[in-house]
Amino acid sequence: MLKDDNRKVMLDKFMKEHNYEESSLLEILHKAQDIYGFLGKNIFTYVANALQLPPSHVVGVATFYSFFKLKAPGEHVVTGCLGTACYVKAVDDIMTAIEQDFDVKRGGSTADSKLSLFITRCIGACAMAPNIIVDDEVIGKATKEIVLERVRLALEGGHRS
Amino acid sequence: MKLADLQKIAEHEVDFQRAYKHRINVCCSSGCVPFGALKVLKAFEEAIKEFGVEKECKVARTGCVGTCSVGPAVVIEPGDYLYQSVTPEKVREIVRDHIVLGLPVKDMLYRNEAFFKKQHRLVLRNAGKIDPSRIEDYIAMGGYSAIVKCLATMTPQGVIYEVTRSGLRGRGGAGFPTGQKWSLVSRSHNTPKYIVANLDEGDPGVFANRTLAEADPQAIIEGMLIAAYAVGAEKGYIYIRSEYPLAIQTLQKAIAQARAMTLLGDSVLETPFKFDLELRFGAGAFVAGEETAILASVEGRRAMPRPRPPYPANSGLWGKPTLIQNVETLANIPMIIQNGGEWFSKLGTAKCSGTKCFSLTGQINNPGLIEVPMGITLREVVYEIGGGIQNNRAFKAVLVGGPSGGCLPEALLDLPIDYDSLTKVGAIMGSGGIVVIDDQSCMVDQAKFFEDFCVDESCGKCVPCRAGLVKVQEIFRRITTGEGKMEDIAALDKAGNYIRDASLCGLGQTAPNPVLTTLRYFRDEYVEHIAEKKCRAGKCFRNQKPQEAEEQ
Repeated sequence: MLKDDNRKVMLDKFMKEHNYEESSLLEILHKAQDIYGFLGKNIFTYVANALQLPPSHVVGVATFYSFFKLKAPGEHVVTGCLGTACYVKAVDDIMTAIEQDFDVKRGGSTADSKLSLFITRCIGACAMAPNIIVDDEVIGKATKEIVLERVRLALEGGHRS
Repeated sequence: MKLADLQKIAEHEVDFQRAYKHRINVCCSSGCVPFGALKVLKAFEEAIKEFGVEKECKVARTGCVGTCSVGPAVVIEPGDYLYQSVTPEKVREIVRDHIVLGLPVKDMLYRNEAFFKKQHRLVLRNAGKIDPSRIEDYIAMGGYSAIVKCLATMTPQGVIYEVTRSGLRGRGGAGFPTGQKWSLVSRSHNTPKYIVANLDEGDPGVFANRTLAEADPQAIIEGMLIAAYAVGAEKGYIYIRSEYPLAIQTLQKAIAQARAMTLLGDSVLETPFKFDLELRFGAGAFVAGEETAILASVEGRRAMPRPRPPYPANSGLWGKPTLIQNVETLANIPMIIQNGGEWFSKLGTAKCSGTKCFSLTGQINNPGLIEVPMGITLREVVYEIGGGIQNNRAFKAVLVGGPSGGCLPEALLDLPIDYDSLTKVGAIMGSGGIVVIDDQSCMVDQAKFFEDFCVDESCGKCVPCRAGLVKVQEIFRRITTGEGKMEDIAALDKAGNYIRDASLCGLGQTAPNPVLTTLRYFRDEYVEHIAEKKCRAGKCFRNQKPQEAEEQ
C-alpha cells in the first residue's frame, strides 16, 4: 500500500485528470517517478488497481522503458552521456575512472548509497561532448580531472556551482 | 479570433518590434543553458537598464543558431553579429561598446563564416530569431498565414496536391513521399483520424528535432494543422522524449497559446475545422521511433512494433487511420503552402527536394546544428561547414544516420547527401546525425559500440534482431579481446545480412549497417585485430594487460 500522504494525493489527482485511462499509463508512471523519485512495487500495484490493469502489464511497461528507475538512487547522482558524439570523444575513459576512484559500477550505487553512477543514451548537448552530469550540473567538454574533482566535492558536501 | 485578426496581430507585432533599434537574441536552448545562457540573459537585461538603453534595445530569449560548441551564443541585430562563449562578466562590455558606442566587440565575435556559407536555413529559418515562448513572434514572421490560406482558399485535395508536387519526403529517415502518405490517410473512410508527430529522436548524437521544437514550436503546430485539414484528422499527438524537458515546456506553452487564439480547438479560427493536440512522453526506447511502435507507446503500452500491413494509414491509433510524420517534415509544410509545391521541388536535387537538418558532431572543428540543401556532398559538410578535423588529425570515417547508419570512408566523401545515394553505400539518412571520427578511433570498437546499443534497444519481439544481435555482440567481444578467428569476419557478414533481411521492423533491418559498412570499408582493421591482435587506435585489448592476467 502507498502511504496516505501528500504524494499520494498528487498521484490520485493526476490519475483522475487522465480519467484512469490505459493510454495515459506512461504519463502516470512519469508523474509517479517525479513524485516518489523511483517506481517501487507498491506504486505498481497501486497504479494497476486504479487503472484496472493487471500489475504484470504495468510492470512490463515500466521495465520496457529505460527512463523509469526501479531502485532509489543514491544521495548524489553522476550520469555519463554515452551518446555517439560523447563516445567518440572518449567519455568511456572518464566513466572508467569514476568507477575505479569511487568503487561504483555503472547502473549501481556505492555500498553506502552516497553515490549512484548512471548512463544515459544522449542528452543532446553533442557539440559540447563529452558530457557528464554531476547532480544537476552538466559538465561539457569534460575531462577526467575536472569530473573526478567535482564528484569528490559533491560527496564532501562542498560547494555546488 | 478570425482570419483577418491574424493579419492585424502580425502588423501590430512588426510595428512593436520596429520600435527597438537593437534586438539582442540570447540562445537559451538545451545546448547553451547548461553553460550559463540564463545568467547571460539576466546580465543583458540588467546591463541595458544600467546603460539606460532599455527603450531602444530588446533582449529576447531565443532558440538555437547552430554554433552549439561555442555557447552561450548571442546574436545582436541588426547586422546579425554573433557573439560566442558569452559569459555574464562580458555582457557589460558588449552592451557598452556595441549598443551604446556602436562598436562591435571584435574579439568575441564568431568569425567562422564558412559554417554558415553553404547552409540553407529553411526549416530553421526562425531558429535563433524569434522568442519561442511568444506566438506573436511567430505570427510576425508570417506564421499561421499558411493555415489561413488553406482554410480560406484551398480544398483538402488542393493541399495534398501541393505537398505531392513539392516532392517532400519524410524526414524521419525512410524518405517516404509525404504527399502520397497524406493521400492514403485522406482516402480512408474510417473515422476519427489521428496525426502523430514523431519527436522521439532516440538516436544518440542527434538533436535536430529537439532544437526545432525549442526554437520554433509553432511551426510544428502549424504543420500539424495543415496536415490535419488535408487528411481530415481531428486529434493529434506529439510524441516527445522525456529526456527533452526544455522542448516539452516550450511545446506546452506553445500549445496553450495557440489554443487561446483559437488556432487549436473545436472551431479553428472560427471556421468549422476542428483540431486539437496533446503531448505524449516517451521514456527512453529507441524502437519507439518506428511507426507501429510509436502507436503502441501513445496507447500506453510497450513500444513494440507489429507487422505491416495493415499500415497505420488504414489502421493506426486504436485501429483508426493515422498519419505519422516526423516534426521536421511537418515544419516544412507551412512554407510549401505559402510558396507553392513547385517552388519547393526546385530546392535540393531532382529526386530529393528541400533541405535537411543535421547534427554535426565528433572530432570536428565546428560541431553544431546545420541545415543544408539535399545533394550537398559529405566533403562540403565535413571540410567547409565543419571546418575539417580537430587538431589537424587525419580523417578516418564519417558516421551517417545514427547507431544504425553506416561508417563511410574518405573515398566516399564526394557522395551527395540524399536518401538514395546514402542507401546505396550502406548508410541511411536516419534522423540526421553526422559524426566525424579521426584516427584516434578504432572502427571495430565503433561498430561494437553501435551493436551494443542495438542489443540494449532491441524490443525482443522478433528472433533475428533479439538473438542475432547478441550473436554479433559475442563475435565482437571475441575480436576485441584477442580471441578472434579469421572465420569470424565471414560469420559477422552472414549474421548481419540475415538480421537485415529477416527482422520485423526498421530497427532490426538497419541495426547491422555499422557492421556491414565497417566490414566493407575498413576490413583491414578487423584483419589486424584478429591476425596481429593489434588495435591501431589503442581502444581494444585493454583487459589484456599482463598484471591483470597474472592476478587471474
